[in-house]
Amino acid sequence: MAAINREQVAHLATLAHIEMSDDELDRMATELAVIVDSVKSVSEAAGDDVPATSHPIPLTNVMRDDVVGHVLTAEEALSGAPDAQDGRFKVPAILEES
Amino acid sequence: MSVDTILSFEEAMEKYDPVLGFEVHVELNTKSKMFSSAPNVFGDEPNTNVNEVCLGLPGVLPVLNKKAVESSILIGLALNCKIAEHCTFARKQYFYPDTPKNFQTSQYEDPICYDGWIDIELADGTVFRVEIERAHMEEDAGKLTHMGGSTGRIQGADFSLVDYNRSGVPLVEIVTKPIEGAGSRAPELAKAYVAAIREIVKNLGVSDARMERGNVRCDANVSLRPYGQEKFGTRTETKNVNSLRAVENAVKFEIQRHGAVLDSGVKIIQETRHWHEDTKSTTSGRPKSDADDYRYFPEPDLVPIVTTALWVEQLRSRLPEPPAARRKRLQADWGYTDMEFRDVVNAGLMDEIEETVTAGASAAAARKWWMGEIARRAKLADVDPAALGVSPAVVVEIEKLIASGAINDKLARQVLDGVLDGEGTPAEVVEKRGLAVVSDDGALQSAIDEALAAQPDVADKIRGGKVQAVGAIVGGVMKVTRGQADPGRVRELILATLGVEG
Repeated sequence: MAAINREQVAHLATLAHIEMSDDELDRMATELAVIVDSVKSVSEAAGDDVPATSHPIPLTNVMRDDVVGHVLTAEEALSGAPDAQDGRFKVPAILEES
Repeated sequence: MSVDTILSFEEAMEKYDPVLGFEVHVELNTKSKMFSSAPNVFGDEPNTNVNEVCLGLPGVLPVLNKKAVESSILIGLALNCKIAEHCTFARKQYFYPDTPKNFQTSQYEDPICYDGWIDIELADGTVFRVEIERAHMEEDAGKLTHMGGSTGRIQGADFSLVDYNRSGVPLVEIVTKPIEGAGSRAPELAKAYVAAIREIVKNLGVSDARMERGNVRCDANVSLRPYGQEKFGTRTETKNVNSLRAVENAVKFEIQRHGAVLDSGVKIIQETRHWHEDTKSTTSGRPKSDADDYRYFPEPDLVPIVTTALWVEQLRSRLPEPPAARRKRLQADWGYTDMEFRDVVNAGLMDEIEETVTAGASAAAARKWWMGEIARRAKLADVDPAALGVSPAVVVEIEKLIASGAINDKLARQVLDGVLDGEGTPAEVVEKRGLAVVSDDGALQSAIDEALAAQPDVADKIRGGKVQAVGAIVGGVMKVTRGQADPGRVRELILATLGVEG
């Protein structure tokens, strides 16, 4: 079984500020374990002589001109934020009290 | 917070050999951001220069800014780097509220520019070559403001507020190879190196290069080793060193602090240090450890960049005159002596003087103002002269007011104070403060008559042919007019009044 457990998923969820129920944590731990196993089998197939794939299609130089496009208003930008103040995203204290 | 013990710089240099390294982040002045079309503008209302890409909303795709790539290549070429024929972006994963995506899009194993060098000229003309490891493209993060607590620092804050206007602004991070052999000139070299990078990117026109706005930011790595030892000592990385003087001071402080730690037989902890301008010292940040695993992986939403020789050579042909060559030319144009010119360069005022001359002032006048009154006020205010708030246009206008006879040198200094106090343009300050030279001969005449009557013996001397005594009367008139008269004109009028030939 892959080296990913429920505690690790819970930790990741905390870091990403995603609220997950016990059921969801159980299910996600199982699903992620399957994904990690799948990736492992790819790693076994690809030797050191195979460069890492960053993109499946052999495209290069997809660029745009330096032209200003649309923006959101501050209200729109903040509309999905759990908390806001003075036109800015409000986030919990970053350092834990020591 | 405990205060670190430090050695004197001289003692640290007697015992230890410093090795330096720099990571300089340069914000590019493109119109739009690195991977989105949101505007790249400083100082606007929070979260008004953002769109869904800068905010890392689900399902969005980044698209690379071609101008930012070309600016990055230009920086590489100016630093004598090789340009990668093929390179990619990578995700640098970390959880911190300044990046809404929980990763920074950067480059990892294959930077666009690598293996360069730059010759740094120190104040006395010594040239020191700094090797460039790499210059890679990435994006800036948002700006955090820590609220609550007493200091505005992250420690003790109750919560933080985030403005993502800066999120996604194009950055080029320039990384040096370890710099050995600088010895006691290490702090000076540090300052000169960052000044040179700032000068190059400004000269290329790819960055506004204003350190006070964070356009050029330096992380300074310092380690010490006993003389003769080849292996590097453990290094610290001092962040937040955002003025040229701070770079010099931070390197000097870390050398002194490392020296004291090593002397006491303790090992240096490899860690991030934070520079504090108020105390001119560093404090411990978080230690670097295995937890510092950014889990880089290739960015799947951006395809590789391939540079052709044709593209690179087209860019190379756009390189402007290198700053060192430009300095030689400007010194010749301005007619400054070596000493005068070096003082200007060391004061970091060459650009300001060039702009002032271009705006219409004489080279002598531009130097007089920037190196004199403006530099003096900047020193009092403890800021770089360029950051004081005097624009080249102000200097030109003050000089024009002097040339037209509207004000004299002494009044001009008061005009400068008025401009700095936010009272408007020089002409407006003259108007508001009533600083114009008293050129009305009638007003001057009554002041002269008064002064002559107050010192009848001096008046007699002048009548008797002792023309040099006129100075005492001129002084009296200047006092009465509170310095607002033209001394030359006053002298003429006094002599005319007394019927004496000047």
